[in-house]
Amino acid sequence: MPAREVLDASDMRRAIRRMAHEIIEKSRGVDDLVLLGIPTRGVWLAQRIAHDITEIEGHAVPSGALDVTLYRDDLRLRQVRALEPTNIPTGGIDGRTVVLVDDVLYSGRTIRSALDALNDIGRPAAVRLAVMVDRGHRELPIRPDFVGKNLPTATDEAVRVRFVESDGDDAVLIESDAEHAR
Amino acid sequence: MTSMIIRGVQPYGEAAQDVEISDGVIARISPAGSPTGSPASAAASQKVFDVELDAAGCVLLPGLVDLHTHLREPGREDSETIATGSRAAAKGGFTCVHAMANTAPVADTAGVVEQVWRRGVDADLVDVRPVGAVTVGLQGAQLAELGAMASSAAQVRVFSDDGLCVHDPLLMRRALEYVKAFDGVVAQHAQDPRLTEGAQMNEGELSGRLGLAGWPAVAEEAIIARDVLLAEHVDSRLHVCHVSTAGSVEVVRWAKARGIRVTAEATPHHLLLTEELVASFDPIYKVNPPLRREEDVMALREAVIDGTIDIIATDHAPHPREDKDCEWAAAAMGMIGLETALPIAAQVFIESGRMDWRQLCERMSVTPARIGRVADQGAVIEVGAPANLVVWDPAQTTVVTPAMFESKSANSPYLDRTFAGAVRHVVFRGRPTVVDGQVVSGEVAS
Amino acid sequence: MLGKHLLSAADLTRDQALLILDTTSELAAVTDRSVKKLPTLRGRTVVNLFFEDSTRTRLSFELAAKRLSADVITFSAKGSSVSKGESLKDTALTLEAMGADAVIIRHGASGAPERLATAGWIDGAVLNAGDGTHEHPTQALLDAYTLRRHTRDGQGDLSGVRVVIVGDVLHSRVARSNVLLLQTLGADVTLVAPPTLLPVGVENWPCKVSYHLDDVLPDADAVMMLRVQAERMAGAYFPSTLEYSRMYGLDARRMALMSPDAIVMHPGPMNRGLEISADVADADRAVVVEQVANGVNVRMACLYLLLGGASSEGDGSQ
Repeated sequence: MPAREVLDASDMRRAIRRMAHEIIEKSRGVDDLVLLGIPTRGVWLAQRIAHDITEIEGHAVPSGALDVTLYRDDLRLRQVRALEPTNIPTGGIDGRTVVLVDDVLYSGRTIRSALDALNDIGRPAAVRLAVMVDRGHRELPIRPDFVGKNLPTATDEAVRVRFVESDGDDAVLIESDAEHAR
Repeated sequence: MTSMIIRGVQPYGEAAQDVEISDGVIARISPAGSPTGSPASAAASQKVFDVELDAAGCVLLPGLVDLHTHLREPGREDSETIATGSRAAAKGGFTCVHAMANTAPVADTAGVVEQVWRRGVDADLVDVRPVGAVTVGLQGAQLAELGAMASSAAQVRVFSDDGLCVHDPLLMRRALEYVKAFDGVVAQHAQDPRLTEGAQMNEGELSGRLGLAGWPAVAEEAIIARDVLLAEHVDSRLHVCHVSTAGSVEVVRWAKARGIRVTAEATPHHLLLTEELVASFDPIYKVNPPLRREEDVMALREAVIDGTIDIIATDHAPHPREDKDCEWAAAAMGMIGLETALPIAAQVFIESGRMDWRQLCERMSVTPARIGRVADQGAVIEVGAPANLVVWDPAQTTVVTPAMFESKSANSPYLDRTFAGAVRHVVFRGRPTVVDGQVVSGEVAS
Repeated sequence: MLGKHLLSAADLTRDQALLILDTTSELAAVTDRSVKKLPTLRGRTVVNLFFEDSTRTRLSFELAAKRLSADVITFSAKGSSVSKGESLKDTALTLEAMGADAVIIRHGASGAPERLATAGWIDGAVLNAGDGTHEHPTQALLDAYTLRRHTRDGQGDLSGVRVVIVGDVLHSRVARSNVLLLQTLGADVTLVAPPTLLPVGVENWPCKVSYHLDDVLPDADAVMMLRVQAERMAGAYFPSTLEYSRMYGLDARRMALMSPDAIVMHPGPMNRGLEISADVADADRAVVVEQVANGVNVRMACLYLLLGGASSEGDGSQ
């Protein structure tokens, strides 16, 4: 399976740092900020961004996990999936600015599910979206607020974001194998 | 009367012969291919027979006799009639069946047993010998008119409350004594009713796991033990229906060693199937007595081989579909067996090399006829013997499908199984009733 | 993940059992939210088919299905065609015609759910909500979940957890399912009952057996009391309820023999004064009410895992 590296570890580190700065800037302060990663790799990314924000601001930003499986619109198209942990930081999301974090933005359907899930958990003041890679091909009117890398792709290509936590190294790859398209 | 020749058949699986039949008896047995007819006749080789049956490579046996058949008529004609049951019997290689008494009305009077007998004569495919009830209405309270049934046209010799046990020891003793007057036999369904209240399957580890109420072996063994002692005490004949446990075999063996006049039967399903099948909760496997453990099956086989168990009897028990198309507890007990008995017996005892055909004939024809005191059945194949015969073709197979049954019911636990060998022809009173596996009725020219 | 049906605790591998327990943990969070509802099973139809009265189990399944947004219909034997002699088969065909995606069945006959699942009458998933004296797998799962919370911090399996199950094991579907599931999860199970209320062959079950409750209480991490029906006296299983309660009932004296952290469980409904005294039933260590709450979450997990994906008939091609 031919794979092409688009970002290496240091590219990723810089992109994450930049997103952290943009989030601070756009949010005008970080007091009411909550980062919620969408499992699995969105959670690692949320933790990295939270870590950078904390370093920059000297002020801890809560980060958690939001599993959207139970809200997906394609449940009946695939075998049943195991649930991933949902972990809402203490203090909840009511009245706060929630930044949803995912590794790859593609059709937008996962984010649609996440918005539904948030709705059942509380009422945030605002919801933003941060992704490592925006690969295009949106099927819903959803746009990211913070992007690590805009990456035009063909539908028969797959984008893989790798994190040390689960994959052993940090990298963004494009695989041109239709069977692995996501 | 029909004249017939069965060509190239091997009586008891031995040397090939041509067997000529006329006037309902075996007229001549000669080496296969030799000139036919009376040796004195010059035109012998040109003799023409009404029926010629090819049976090269096939085994000739005396017609099978079943001591335990439920024909359901009168009362449950939706599951079987004497006519359909007779067809099923013929197809299975039987020339005589004993129709159990648990009908509605119960066969507990001369009137009912004569009616059953006449319907059997009308069907004219096998001898239908009615079994008389031991007690009025199978209620276990009062002796039925055993003498009247014995002296009726049906000539009843076997009496049984089958389905229910004659549990009252005094009644059992009296029945055993009373039937001595006409050389009858009491066939006991050995099941202690209190020990088997609500019983659904063999009691053991599996019943515990499946949460089905157990039918303990001791409920059978205790009754058999009591009954053989009663039979000894009054010096009468006792027959034990469908022996199902290794312990029962031991009791019967002990009784025979003591000289007690006890005979016993085992069913094909108890010789082949085990309780493991119940784990599917498919009521097709629900039967009474229940399927037992592998050890019991093995003990029963040995007992049949050594003669402790005298005969194989089918306990053919037809039920309509709705009585099996339900949850286990609601289902009726019983399975049909006439059309699969010989294939199973052949597999278990002949193919395995544990018995030869002469021995199997003892278990399925000679001895059951003797226990039931049936004339003209279970005779040795020889010139002058009544022509009640079955031709078994070991080269064919019996594939069990719902469509194959002549029985009105299809509650067979062997569906989709294939057995080696098949019943090919059957001759009843000198006339073919089955030709090439198909039941024929009335006069048939081949 | 799981098979098509949930009929017996014996059908679950260790991994499958843990998947259900872990899914339950995630779903339990939903129960703590103000909006206790998920859209997951929208458009799915779940039938509660109850041939036996059991209000609590029926309500538990009903609530679980509703929290997952399934359409739930309840078909109770009383007052329905079932009480007029309609067969299980005809009832099943009716439900199939109505488009049931899952049938949750409670039946007095052991094996009825298995029959429903395998006889070819319906296509949907079958969940056993208690059959005769056979099994009650979701009860065992909720018990395992409760045990895991109290002895394992809600994580992993039940290795080495010592569970004593006391009472009418012979007639108990709860005991059967628990023995199977708890052993799959590594727990150490001891059954305690008078010999008359133990099934034949119990010595070959994957558990220990004792006739003496006092002997086994001190080592237990949990004691599960089974409901005993006074009617059993008629079958000569025990001489009197008084004697039963003296020998096998859990009262304050016996509770004092237990380790301080050990919990008391009961599948309900309790016979206070028979198998469990009122002071034990109301003690802090009695987790009976928590078991009920966990029951809803476990049943949500089972429904999600059975119905939450493409069915084997190939919804996936849509």
